Amino acid sequence: MSAKTIPMYKRPKGLTDVRTHYCAGCGHGIIHKLIAEALEELEVLDRTILIAPVGCAVLAYKYIEVDGLEAAHGRAPAVATGLKRALPDKMVISYQGDGDLLAIGTGETIHTANRGEDITIIFVNNAVYGMTGGQMAPTTLEGQKTLTSPYGRNPAEVGFPIRACELLDTLESPVYIERTSVHNPASVRKTKKAILKALKYQKEGLGYSFVEILSMCPTNLGVEPVVGADWVKDAMIPWFPLKKFRDRPEEKKEEKQAS
Amino acid sequence: MSKTVLMKGNEALAEAAIIAGCRQYFAYPITPQNEIPAYMSRRMPEVGGTFLQAESELAAISMVLGAAAGGVRAMTSSSSPGMALKQEGISYIAGSELPCVLVNVMRGGPGLGAIAGAQGDYFQATRGGGNGDYRTIVLAPGSAQELADFTVDAFDLADQYRIPVLILADGYIGQMSEPVVLPEPTGKTFEKPWALTGAKGRSKNIIASLKLIPDNALEEHNLHLQEKYDLISENIRRIDTYHTDNAEWLIVAYGTAARIARKAVDRLRDEGVKAGLFRPLSLWPFPDRELHEIARNAGKVLTVEMSMGQLVEDVKLSVNGEVEVDLYGRAGGAVPALDDIIERINSYERENHTHVQAS
Ligand SMILES: Cc1ncc(C[n+]2csc(CCOP(=O)(O)OP(=O)(O)O)c2C)c(N)n1
Ligand code: SF4
Ligand SMILES: [Mg+2]
Repeated sequence: MSAKTIPMYKRPKGLTDVRTHYCAGCGHGIIHKLIAEALEELEVLDRTILIAPVGCAVLAYKYIEVDGLEAAHGRAPAVATGLKRALPDKMVISYQGDGDLLAIGTGETIHTANRGEDITIIFVNNAVYGMTGGQMAPTTLEGQKTLTSPYGRNPAEVGFPIRACELLDTLESPVYIERTSVHNPASVRKTKKAILKALKYQKEGLGYSFVEILSMCPTNLGVEPVVGADWVKDAMIPWFPLKKFRDRPEEKKEEKQAS
Repeated sequence: MSKTVLMKGNEALAEAAIIAGCRQYFAYPITPQNEIPAYMSRRMPEVGGTFLQAESELAAISMVLGAAAGGVRAMTSSSSPGMALKQEGISYIAGSELPCVLVNVMRGGPGLGAIAGAQGDYFQATRGGGNGDYRTIVLAPGSAQELADFTVDAFDLADQYRIPVLILADGYIGQMSEPVVLPEPTGKTFEKPWALTGAKGRSKNIIASLKLIPDNALEEHNLHLQEKYDLISENIRRIDTYHTDNAEWLIVAYGTAARIARKAVDRLRDEGVKAGLFRPLSLWPFPDRELHEIARNAGKVLTVEMSMGQLVEDVKLSVNGEVEVDLYGRAGGAVPALDDIIERINSYERENHTHVQAS
C-alpha cells in the first residue's frame, strides 16, 4: 500500500457503525468518537463499562463498542462507584451532561470526586438541558434565553452558571481535572488528549479524573451548527476558561506505593 | 458449626449477608438500623469486601445497582425515610432486572416520624414506592434467627429471579438481642452471562431500563416482567401457622406484631377461645390462597399490625369478602398490647356478635 492510500481519518474500532440520534452540529457525537479512539489506543475496549446518563446521551452505550449501563438522572457517579468497587480491574466511565452532573446529581458529583474513585468522568457542558427541549441548566450563561429562562438567565434570581472544574479543584483527591472544548478541530484534538490522559490514569489505577468539555447544542440555541460552535467560543469560553486545573499523576503514584 | 450466639437482629442479618457471599455493601446511616453499617464497616475489610458509607440513600442504592450490574452480590440497608429515597433506584434495578438485597428496618412515620419500630411501610414495600409496574420480593422476618435465615435465602432468590429482594423488618426485631444459630452458606451458584465485565470474547452487554425501539419494546418488557412475577407468585408461598387447625378466630400478623399475637393465641386458648395465628413470611407474593383456606375454616379474622390498616388490605383481598375481617392497628412506634388483642376478640365473643368488620 502506498502512503497515499493509507486512510488518515477512519471510524475507530470502538465506535459502532450506526447512525446516531444526535442533531447535526451536536457535540455528543464528536466526544463519543474521541472516547472510542482513546479506548482503542489504550487497548481497553474489552474491559470498559460506559455508564450513560439521563440526557441526550442516554443511548451512548449504543454507539461505543463496550459494555453499557444506565443510571438514573444524576446518579451515574454513584453507579460507577458501585461497579468499580465491585470490579476494580475494569475501566469505568461516567458520561454526563450539565443538568445531570451539576443539578440533580450535584451530591454524587462532589462525593465521588472527594472519595477519589478510580473512574473517569466525561462532563459534556452544553449550557442547556438538551434532551427535555432546552430548559435552563446550572451552566446556562447569564442572560441566556432558554425555555425556562425566557427573559434570559437572571443571576439575582437563579444564581450564576456553576463552574464544575473550579468547584472540584477545591478537593484533595482528584488526580486530573481539565476543561476543554470541541468547537473547532484544534480544540477537538486537545479534548482527545485530555480524554486519553484521563483514561490512561484510570488504567494505571491513579484515581479520579474529570474532563469537562464545552459542547454545542445548536438545536436548543436555535442556530445553525456553525453558529453553535462559534457560540461556544464567544459566549461560553469567557465564563468557562479552558484550563488544566489539576494534573498530578506522580503524587498519586507515590501515594499508591506508600499505601 | 451450629453454635448458638447472642446477637442483635441487625447484626445477625449483617453476618448472614457475609455468609451468603455479599461483598458489596453501601448505606447511609439511619436509626434503627445503624448496627448494620457499623457491623459491615468492621467485617467487610476482614473478608475483602466493600463497605462504603454513601452520601445519601439515593447514592447508596445507585451504588448497589452498579455493583449488581457487575455480577456480584450487593446489599443496602436503611429505615423508613431512607427507604423512601431508595425508591428511585429500586425502580431502575427492577426495570433493569438486577439482583440485590434491600433491608428496611422500619420506624414510625410519616415524615421523620420517630425512631421506634413500626410497620407503616407495608404499602411502600408491597405495592412499590417507585415508578412503574414492578415488583420486589418482600420477606418478613419475626426474629433475629429469621433475619439471618431470610437474608441468606434472599440472595439466592435475587439471583434466581434477577429481582430485588426486600427484607422488611421493624426496629424492635432489628434491635433486640436473641440467640441465633448462624446459617450455613447454601452453596448455590448462579451463572450471570448478562453481567458487565467487559466485552472480552463476547459481544457487548447492555443493562438499561430504557426501552425505546421498537415502539412496543416497553410493553413487551413489561409483559416479560409480568411473566416473571407470575412465576414468582406460583413458587414463593411462605407462611407460618400456629394453632390454625381447629381455630375459630384467626389472627393475621407479621414481624413484632406477630410475636405479640402468638402470645395472645396462647392466652385466648387458655381462656377457652380457639384462636390461631397466620403469619405471612412473604408479603409479596402474599400467600393469599393459603390464608383464604385457613380463614374460611376459622370464620373470623383479626388483623394485628403496627400500622393503621395496610396489611389488612391484603388480608381482605385474600378472603375476597367471604370472611369477616377486623383490624387492630397501632402506629407511631406503639406496639399492639397483648390485653387489647385478647379483649378485642373476647368482646366479640361476649356480645355474641353477628358480624366482625374493620371500620
Ligand atoms: C428524575 C428525573 N427528572 C427529570 C428527568 C427529565 N430529564 C431528562 S434529561 C434532563 C436534562 C438533561 O440535561 P443535561 O444533563 O444537560 O444533558 P443534555 O441533554 O444537555 O446532554 C431532564 C431534566 C428525568 N428523566 N428523570
Ligand atoms: S438537542 Fe442538543 S444536545 Fe441533544 S442531540 Fe440535539 S444538539 Fe445534541
Ligand atoms: Mg446539557
